[in-house]
Amino acid sequence: MRFIFKTSYDRDIDLFEDGWHRARIAALLAVLVALPFLLGEYYLAEATNLLIWSLAGMGLMLLVGHSGQVSLGHAAFLAIGAYTDAALMHCGLPWPVAFAAAGLVSGLFGALVAIPAIRMSGIYLAIATLALFVLVEEAVILAEPITGGIGGIMAPPIQLFGISFERYGALANFYWLCLGVVAAVTLAYANLLRSPTGRAFMAVRDSEVSARALGINVARTKTLAFGLSCAATGLAGSLMGHFLGFFNYEAFSIFISINLLLVVTIGGLGFIQGAFLGAILIAAVPQVLSILRDVSGIDTSGYPGLETVVFAAILIGFIIYEPMGLYGRWLKIRTFFDLFPLCRRDMFRRQKSYLKTERMR
Amino acid sequence: MALLEVRDLAIAFGGLKAVDGVSFSVEKGEVFAIIGPNGAGKSTIFNLISRFYDPSAGSIRFEGREITGLAAHEIAPLGIARTFQNIELFDHSTVLQNLLMGRHAHRRTSWIEDLLFLPRVRREERLHRRRVEEVIEFLELEAHRNKLIAGLPYGVRKVVEIGRALATGPKLLLLDEPASGLSVEETQDVAFWIEDMQKDMGLTILMVEHDMNLVARVSNRVLAVANGRPLAMGTPAEVQGHPAVIEAYLGTAAVSKVSA
Repeated sequence: MRFIFKTSYDRDIDLFEDGWHRARIAALLAVLVALPFLLGEYYLAEATNLLIWSLAGMGLMLLVGHSGQVSLGHAAFLAIGAYTDAALMHCGLPWPVAFAAAGLVSGLFGALVAIPAIRMSGIYLAIATLALFVLVEEAVILAEPITGGIGGIMAPPIQLFGISFERYGALANFYWLCLGVVAAVTLAYANLLRSPTGRAFMAVRDSEVSARALGINVARTKTLAFGLSCAATGLAGSLMGHFLGFFNYEAFSIFISINLLLVVTIGGLGFIQGAFLGAILIAAVPQVLSILRDVSGIDTSGYPGLETVVFAAILIGFIIYEPMGLYGRWLKIRTFFDLFPLCRRDMFRRQKSYLKTERMR
Repeated sequence: MALLEVRDLAIAFGGLKAVDGVSFSVEKGEVFAIIGPNGAGKSTIFNLISRFYDPSAGSIRFEGREITGLAAHEIAPLGIARTFQNIELFDHSTVLQNLLMGRHAHRRTSWIEDLLFLPRVRREERLHRRRVEEVIEFLELEAHRNKLIAGLPYGVRKVVEIGRALATGPKLLLLDEPASGLSVEETQDVAFWIEDMQKDMGLTILMVEHDMNLVARVSNRVLAVANGRPLAMGTPAEVQGHPAVIEAYLGTAAVSKVSA
């Protein structure tokens, strides 16, 4: 195993723990940048979709995984992002402005929603955000001049400096655009977690009483978490709109909300990496099912709910056997090999604290 | 002027008067202990000072300033830190992160600066870390620095909580039963630390404690309360021998036996 000798506080503050870590991330980025040259049109589109889902997943991860609040209404913020972006571009605004506005509007709306929502927690907050989702969905249908109502709306193609970033005409360009956005948001997210703001989020998540005693304004912190989470989700929604090209309210159904919650739960609550791993899993299940169908020759088209059943089974499996999600499992595997052969079986087992009741989140 | 001045403090939950007319003042640099049987209102007094509860009457002045109008999160920046009877740590974070969370009252960067991690954020982080390392060294937590709280034994958690309160850089430290659930050796460590905090760091300490040995050893003055009302105040020996205190703990028959 490797030993890292820390000789200054900066080693703990830095994003990367050592050169090897930095090299790994750089290699990953290089592969991601080179992906359009390696993959065909179909899989590149899947990769783009996956990036957008990861972005939305990071938005929800900040809320659920790092500030301990749950939301069943995040599809609403995807919708707000998508419609804001499309509507502003129809008004003739350039894409960067519409994109930034999509994040800003979703963020502000999220912060506004947070003012009543932060008084609730756990299942009550889930129900409240679900209600919010229904309201937004209805509003989208009613606001026909802006959103196209039931008929839907087209996301205008993105043109920057004469270069097309259209999803169908220039998929590689659109992919790189999404990659750039996702990389930037990931960096900001990582920065947040190593700074006082991120620590305040986690403090509020783990013990509100303590947080208050340490001088953390709980209401303000939760509102900020809501706002930032919704802003990131709004950005993802804007990209999703362009990815779909043409969408109506059905593109942001309740199932999207639930899938997003699956992404963060299966991926591993409380880890940025979890949002990506969860998105990969969610994107991979339909693919694997269709490949299996082709290979086995069994016609599953008579079972429209098959995907849902598989998702449900995976979720139940994770909650019972690996509550820390895919990333948690990866951490355990890595530790096993790092310490080999000294890893103990119960290394990750949590000690029960008998004095404190486990609060419902 | 006393550092903390509590006057005629009262709070009722429904019909129950949890605290009823308690007055005391804590002088700068002293260790002041509050004792009393279970349910006497000791922790409630702490929660009133931390502003978790609103008093129904009375005043609390810190450095001459009335604090009953402040919000709970405005107390720490004044220089009042506390621990909890049933450890309230951030379980899913490491010891180091917990202690850094204690520095929150001293943060000067906004969330936008944090998102971009501007150079100022890094400079501040270094300063916070240095303060935290001083606490780690004082409480000998080096071996646990990067461990998750969820995996730590009870005794260590108790110490981490004292550390987190110290990391806030307080003038007044409220310790809610610092020795409860600790072994004899661990309690002795706590006694040493309290003495060091008082003498070397110049801290003022207000504590609630059941362990009379610890109270007698470290505290300068003791206040005994029962049923929300003050019984006696004075040196540990005076209060321990006070008939009203013995009665509250052991019953009236005991008083006649002791005095006989």
